[in-house]
Amino acid sequence: MKDRRPHWSERLKVTLWTLIVPPTIWTGHFLFSYLWASISCAKAGQFATFPTLFVVGTVLALILIALSGWIAWNQGRMPGGSTPHEDSTEIDRLRFLAKSTLLLAGLSFVAVLFTALPVIYLRDCL
Amino acid sequence: MARMLLLTMLVAALTGCNAEQSTLEVFGADARAIRHIAIILTSGAVIILAITVALYVRAVRAPEHSLNHEQGMRMILWVGAIGPTLILTALLLYALPAMRPRPADPGDLVIRVEGEQFWWRVAYWPSDNAPPLSSANEIRVPVGRTVVFELMAKDVIHSFWIPGLAGKMDMIPGRTNRLVVKAEKPGRYRGVCAEFCGLSHALMAFDVIAMEPAAFDTWLADARAITPLPAIATPGRALFDVQGCGACHTIRGTPHAGTIGPDLSRFGERMTLGAGILPPAIDNIAAFIRTPQQVKPGVRMPAYPQLSQEDASAIAHYLKGMK
Repeated sequence: MKDRRPHWSERLKVTLWTLIVPPTIWTGHFLFSYLWASISCAKAGQFATFPTLFVVGTVLALILIALSGWIAWNQGRMPGGSTPHEDSTEIDRLRFLAKSTLLLAGLSFVAVLFTALPVIYLRDCL
Repeated sequence: MARMLLLTMLVAALTGCNAEQSTLEVFGADARAIRHIAIILTSGAVIILAITVALYVRAVRAPEHSLNHEQGMRMILWVGAIGPTLILTALLLYALPAMRPRPADPGDLVIRVEGEQFWWRVAYWPSDNAPPLSSANEIRVPVGRTVVFELMAKDVIHSFWIPGLAGKMDMIPGRTNRLVVKAEKPGRYRGVCAEFCGLSHALMAFDVIAMEPAAFDTWLADARAITPLPAIATPGRALFDVQGCGACHTIRGTPHAGTIGPDLSRFGERMTLGAGILPPAIDNIAAFIRTPQQVKPGVRMPAYPQLSQEDASAIAHYLKGMK
């Protein structure tokens, strides 16, 4: 298996930039929640009575976060180096970034859910 | 020593017990839901605390090398991250329905309450398009019927809170906030301002009287059908006219129609004086007229120290007679 072609999720290297993808999606979703609620209130006088667009946006955000979490999980298990993976080598740095991305993805996933639930439940614009 | 301290704290805590203004002594459907959630949250928190303490004690007391690192990390993952997330999600789903506003019909009684430093302007707007009934510092609600509070503020932000009836709602200048409530039990209760609003913030309260629907309807009809006062010139009435009290206060049935201060039309039936702070005894009313600042620092009503004690008492008698 030495010369197998790396899976695309392994080729797409995590970096400090991809680390912030899950929290950025969370930020975007948070902003989207407020925009959606305020535009619904202004145009229709109420919100969460027709939350199709909001649910689609939330599911999209959750899928993207889960996807980046999955990529990070895959890369966090890249072979190479030895435990406890704390040297300043390429592979250890990658594993560290991947693990951090995975944890941030978990946090962002829960945060998006916790933002979306009140929006869907509450419908009073006042 | 520790026992004394505990006892002192307990006695101090007991002073908070009362049936008029308490989130535990509920008379409304929303306050009941809030109390239910509070009991569940507190019990859950106690159970979680007990489990955490037990785990902590076990970890501290365990013999050396008897604990497995792998197991510990797994426990942190499950008990420290996944467990709390699941519990919080469950609690969120459980509490959210209670945050949804109670539905109201256009035919429901609307009570408009405006917060002002440091009293409450109250107006009852029944659905029959008749002119509203003005009052102050006292709110009467019918038991078993939905009531819509429309909450506003004139000067600064106040917060309208009847602990036994429902949750708090801010009163913000330039905005109208709605709070829909339903009283379930008749009785006399108390509400307060729950947002710091100035010097006498802590002295800004009001009485709440939950009445049986039939009694409420009779009261409202009586209060609206106010008849002009007989033209008997009592000393108090004459003084009220001469001192210019009517520039700020309304007494229906007389030429006095000032709207700067509280409406005094049915002052005699109020249960407290000065927005829920003093019993409405003649002496208290007279003292309030002469030196309101001493009773309520920062109050907007000017002092009348030039009035003699007798004159102030005469006005107090006049006001007490207004029912």
